[in-house]
Amino acid sequence: MFSSLRQSPLLFLTHLSVLVLVIVWTIPTAGLLISSLRQPDQIATSGWWTALSASEQNNTFTTPPADTASQAEDGFALSGNVFGKDGSGSVSAFGSSFMKPRAFDAGETAKLRSGGTLTVAQNGDYRMTFDKKPEGGRGERIFYTSVEPPAFTLRNYQEVLRAEGIGQSFINSLTVAIPSTAIPILIAAYAAYALAWMRFPGRLLLVAVVVGLLVVPLQMSLIPLLRLYNGIGGFFGVPAQTYVGVWLAHTAFGLPLAIYLLRNYIAGLPREIMESARVDGASDFDIFRKIILPLSFPALASFAIFQFLWTWNDLLVALVFLGTGNDKLVLTARLVNLLGSRGNNWEILTASAFITIIVPLIVFFALQRFLVRGLLAGSVKGG
Amino acid sequence: MGHLVYALVTVVIGLAGAAIYFYASNLLLDRALPYRDAEGARASRNLRRANAIRPWLFMLPAIVILSVYLVYPVLESIWLSFHGKAGIDFVGLSNYHWMLVDPEFRESIVNNLLWLLIVPALSTFFGLVIAALADRIWWGNIAKSLIFMPMAISFVGASVIWKFIYDFRPAGSEQIGLLNAVVVFFGGNPHAWITIPFWNSVFLMVILVWIQTGFAMVILSAALRSIPDETIEAAVIDGANGLQIFFKIMVPQIWGTIAVVWTTITILVLKVFDIVLAMTNGQWDTQVLANLMFEWMFRGGGDFGRGAVIALVIMVLVVPIMIWNIHNARQELR
Amino acid sequence: MTGVMLKDIRKAYGAVEVIHGIDLEIRHGEFVVFVGPSGCGKSTLLRMIAGLEDISGGTMTIGGEVVNQVPPSKRGIAMVFQSYALYPHMSVYENMAFGMRIARRPKAEIDARVREAGEILQLTPFLDRLPKALSGGQRQRVAIGRAICRNPKVFLFDEPLSNLDAALRVATRIEIAKLAETMPETTMIYVTHDQIEAMTLADRIVVLSGGTIEQVGAPLELYERPANLFVARFIGSPAMNILPATIEETGATTTVTLAGGKAVTLDLASDAARKGEAASFGVRPEDLRPAEGEDFLFEGKVSIVETLGEVTLVYIEGLTADDEPIIVKLAGTRSYERGKTARFTAEPKALHLFDADGQTLRR
Repeated sequence: MFSSLRQSPLLFLTHLSVLVLVIVWTIPTAGLLISSLRQPDQIATSGWWTALSASEQNNTFTTPPADTASQAEDGFALSGNVFGKDGSGSVSAFGSSFMKPRAFDAGETAKLRSGGTLTVAQNGDYRMTFDKKPEGGRGERIFYTSVEPPAFTLRNYQEVLRAEGIGQSFINSLTVAIPSTAIPILIAAYAAYALAWMRFPGRLLLVAVVVGLLVVPLQMSLIPLLRLYNGIGGFFGVPAQTYVGVWLAHTAFGLPLAIYLLRNYIAGLPREIMESARVDGASDFDIFRKIILPLSFPALASFAIFQFLWTWNDLLVALVFLGTGNDKLVLTARLVNLLGSRGNNWEILTASAFITIIVPLIVFFALQRFLVRGLLAGSVKGG
Repeated sequence: MGHLVYALVTVVIGLAGAAIYFYASNLLLDRALPYRDAEGARASRNLRRANAIRPWLFMLPAIVILSVYLVYPVLESIWLSFHGKAGIDFVGLSNYHWMLVDPEFRESIVNNLLWLLIVPALSTFFGLVIAALADRIWWGNIAKSLIFMPMAISFVGASVIWKFIYDFRPAGSEQIGLLNAVVVFFGGNPHAWITIPFWNSVFLMVILVWIQTGFAMVILSAALRSIPDETIEAAVIDGANGLQIFFKIMVPQIWGTIAVVWTTITILVLKVFDIVLAMTNGQWDTQVLANLMFEWMFRGGGDFGRGAVIALVIMVLVVPIMIWNIHNARQELR
Repeated sequence: MTGVMLKDIRKAYGAVEVIHGIDLEIRHGEFVVFVGPSGCGKSTLLRMIAGLEDISGGTMTIGGEVVNQVPPSKRGIAMVFQSYALYPHMSVYENMAFGMRIARRPKAEIDARVREAGEILQLTPFLDRLPKALSGGQRQRVAIGRAICRNPKVFLFDEPLSNLDAALRVATRIEIAKLAETMPETTMIYVTHDQIEAMTLADRIVVLSGGTIEQVGAPLELYERPANLFVARFIGSPAMNILPATIEETGATTTVTLAGGKAVTLDLASDAARKGEAASFGVRPEDLRPAEGEDFLFEGKVSIVETLGEVTLVYIEGLTADDEPIIVKLAGTRSYERGKTARFTAEPKALHLFDADGQTLRR
């Protein structure tokens, strides 16, 4: 539709502005992902944006005990590699004293105060010579500056999955989200069909009620429901905070959107198809099962994605109805806890956060089409 | 792992239960009021009755759940707002009185109004700009997808992401928060952004704008594409330039959609809770209604009366939008 | 015998009545077409026969049984919808089998019936396809096949050809005519707004307007002897030319004065009481021919000439009060000059006269 504007000199500007906006919108998430893959000490000392370029680091290497030096043609010598047996890296400078760690470039030979020499090659091979057989079981220290290639690690993830309870919370989140997504669908679909195609008094009023309930803040429901759950729990002697309670709450909070979305979709199906089925002898129940459900698949999928994202990402309902017991925390609640207790351990926070958002992101990128369709159909809902 | 299995079993039982309910209740209705094999007047009378009852069978589960979880709580909250901490003693209007004089409540209201002004405006604006621009370039869909992405991220996850950006290290040491790094790079002094009153609220709002712009963009992009090409072509022939076409031809045609986006984000803003809880928990003058309400649910053993009053305030703020939505929906039905 | 009887059938939506007491008897095996302008109630009437709309008043019987409250599937009807209403998620085979599956018929019977219908409608190669993989004409045939499978006593068509392009419409129309011939025991009721479909398919046509029947009759009867002004104008294309007139002389023949002052004598008897009454004078465009000499009906300036090859349409203006042109339809190509005066006449037998209420004065 902009074909006439395509030749505009503003086109370059358009590309540029969109690029800038995309970068601004993507960078926060990228920063999180990159940080979560860095070494903890690196996260704490340098910005994540430096992680992609090689960095210079000052290190210390301690040689094996001096008395293990072997006889060589020019005296006694210790040799090896400062990066260890399997390590790799690039030494740019070295020194033998703490005061002057970068006194010599790689490859040069340094005279030691003790009378020997020290050479460190770029690849980390060192050779330390002594005039006479050295004594003592202590190793000599070599100070060197290395250029480290970008180094990434999955250690943070192993750490949070194991030690910080993220693994447990991941399971909890799934436990909350799956039934909360599945249960409302069938209930909503039947109600939506009735509201779309069956004639009965009060139908329009009920549709209006559903539209109204779309925007009722769920804060409204928390206290009365908490009291109700406590009452039921006390009466039957069962815990008040159970998964069943959360599932039902999520089901209820998702129902208005589900009914609204599905009703709009089902009402848009051709009337004649249903009349034809009626002429063919199908009852309402037959029509629903054999015609409506199969044809409503796209709307059902849209709602399911919404509801899954919403229940997976929810914090409030889970906090109130599932409680804050350590074994019951869902991912979002766990993350809030970590923010409080490990607020400065960014390796923990970034890795945990990424685990929290990875499932929704996969769902998002895989099923974006349905998500967009659902948004367009149900944009009255407050999210 | 155990309760995941329990959850999956529940899904199966739940779905099967719902299916059985609908199947059995319909079967029962057909048995009680047979018409397939009945003859004449009785068959037709039965059919009429069955058709009058069947819609309610279809809607019964939904009506029950909605009544218990959404309708009853509204009434219960009104009742609770006149009662004390545990919801037993009648205290008249004292909860309302407390609300009017409580400085923290006033702070929350002011902050909520700020959120209401800024977040919907910025999200809609950015969404509209991106929607308009991205449609003109070949990689527009990729761009839109990336900007839409934060929609999938939880508020808590987004809070961690942005807390990292706002991170503060004392001047002199290397900044690991992007914002301070940029400020320092341009010769400024680093700040602990989320502790500076007023501006910290704005920094929290940025998070929600970041999330909601994608939503606005998707809706507005569809609306822009539904504008008839002819009106734009006519404007081109009339000699309008790109900006004129955008503001004088396209935007006026999608006012309705802009209003829908705006109100949708407004409702979301009224309920904003997770971001404040995760970022500041209401410290440094960032308190908002939803978080305040959550605190009163549990603070000092929980004060249901005060919590209910705050919930009612949020509800009252939503009511105008609710009425507008119902009004629109009824017009569509006609 | 499976005739359809409508006795004082009414339909109201709330306070608004849209069908005002229809009386109609459709005989067993008859092909009846409902025509009328949009909004005349023809589709509503058909849907009431099908059972898709409640009947607000009156009695409807199919095969002698009152069906006012009988659900559609028990009325022994089948219906072909305008949009075909094929189930998009089912194959052609499943579409045709659906009704019998609902009725729990044995598998072998379903299979035999579906295959037979497929054979009749040349759908056998497509039985496994989904509707979306079919052309418009094929979908139409599936819709008909689905109806055939129900083995109905009454076959209902709701504007079944209006979604087809012109060529396919003609071909399908002929197929429906053939189908009707092979099913002489089946009553067919067909709704259309296209009078060519009505004229070619119908045993009898029912012309509806504003929720009432204007006339029921065989196609040619409607054309030659319209009961009233509405039918006269509705049947035939271009529509009959109507001119205001005043009745001057009554008796064995009737003489009227047209708006322009021209006196015309018609070959029909009239009551003396009608003398001086206002009336409408009508003549079909195709009944007019060029006049020689002074013996003419109309004289006027040619405003437009449309040469279509097979016919030539000549428009003459200035004869009616509301500026509606008189249209003359002449066979072959004729040359008329715009702006020139031309004269036309017609056989007295081809002239029609309607009274002030629009009712035809009968010969």
